[in-house]
Amino acid sequence: MRESIIMKIHYGTALGAVALVAVHILMRMSQKFSDSLQYQNVIANYHFLPYALMLEVLLVLLSVHGFNGLRVILLELKQGSTYEKMINYGSLAAMAILIAYGSRTILMAGMGVS
Amino acid sequence: MAVVSVPKPSEESNSKVKTIGQTNTITLRISRSNPSEGQEAAFSEFQIPVQKWTTVLEAILYVKQNFDHSVAVRYSCRQASCGSCGMKINGKPALACYTKISELNSNVVTVEPMNNFPIIRDLAVDFKQLISNHKKMKPFIIREDSEVTPESKEFIQTPQDLEKFLQFSYCIKCGLCNSACPTMATDTSFIGPQGLAQAYRYVADNRDKGKDERLKIVDDSHGIWRCHFAGSCSQVCPKGVDPAMAIQLLRGYLLGFRK
Repeated sequence: MRESIIMKIHYGTALGAVALVAVHILMRMSQKFSDSLQYQNVIANYHFLPYALMLEVLLVLLSVHGFNGLRVILLELKQGSTYEKMINYGSLAAMAILIAYGSRTILMAGMGVS
Repeated sequence: MAVVSVPKPSEESNSKVKTIGQTNTITLRISRSNPSEGQEAAFSEFQIPVQKWTTVLEAILYVKQNFDHSVAVRYSCRQASCGSCGMKINGKPALACYTKISELNSNVVTVEPMNNFPIIRDLAVDFKQLISNHKKMKPFIIREDSEVTPESKEFIQTPQDLEKFLQFSYCIKCGLCNSACPTMATDTSFIGPQGLAQAYRYVADNRDKGKDERLKIVDDSHGIWRCHFAGSCSQVCPKGVDPAMAIQLLRGYLLGFRK
């Protein structure tokens, strides 16, 4: 993939994440902060489908943005074709693993499996 | 009626004597190293008489003439045109021929080789990578009808067209921008502000048809996207070129903001 496409995704995910994190914070502010962290309230969030979907999208956006940012930092620290390949594939794998693990959590909490 | 007073011959000679009389002595510290022989960097100190107009290059040449002729330094035009005498002067990349000692406001002047370049010896650094990156940017007008034939006409360009790239054509390839660039300090494969500014210079030229080729070259994992926009390249340029701006404008083409 061309670097310009990757960077467009990077900037896009940053903007998307800022918007969704703002919604997420506003939702926390609809009640007292300590109440919003009560077990029942947290589980209720996952049962509310639009909010669970938003969390899933937020997870994808932050994973893509974060791991691409890490990839860029690591590419600047050291160079070499083997190292760069390792970093590129490593970041993709880490991104996929985090998304899979986070989605599993959202799905399980949404379905009431503990 | 305006009255112009011409200084009398005696006044003229007095003022000259005053200026010539202001000779100061400064300490010039020159970084000496020879990596090919495993010699680590160490400073040699010299006491140099300087006047108001003495440049750092003149001070170094004074050392070569009077104290130690083995000091390695690259220079040529002595008028900021050739870009040979770039070095770190009191910690800041600058041209030695274009920096007056009196402007430094210090009695101790330290000269070191430029950062982000392999050192050949003392103040002379290797420009291989800079020149290779410059060549990679295809620094010439690309178009099919560029060969001159009897039917050829000039490529029409308005002053506005010229304004878009003129400042970037003032680059003298001195390497100061690359030396000041924080990305170049860690990413040895980074094209660098010099190369990227040159890419923009030709991309913005309306006579050129090689825009897509050049954009493909800079759109690399060690290309234009690695610039952090620190802006130090633009601060140190002795010719007033703004490579940081060129990089941002070039990014505009890749992001689709510019056509």
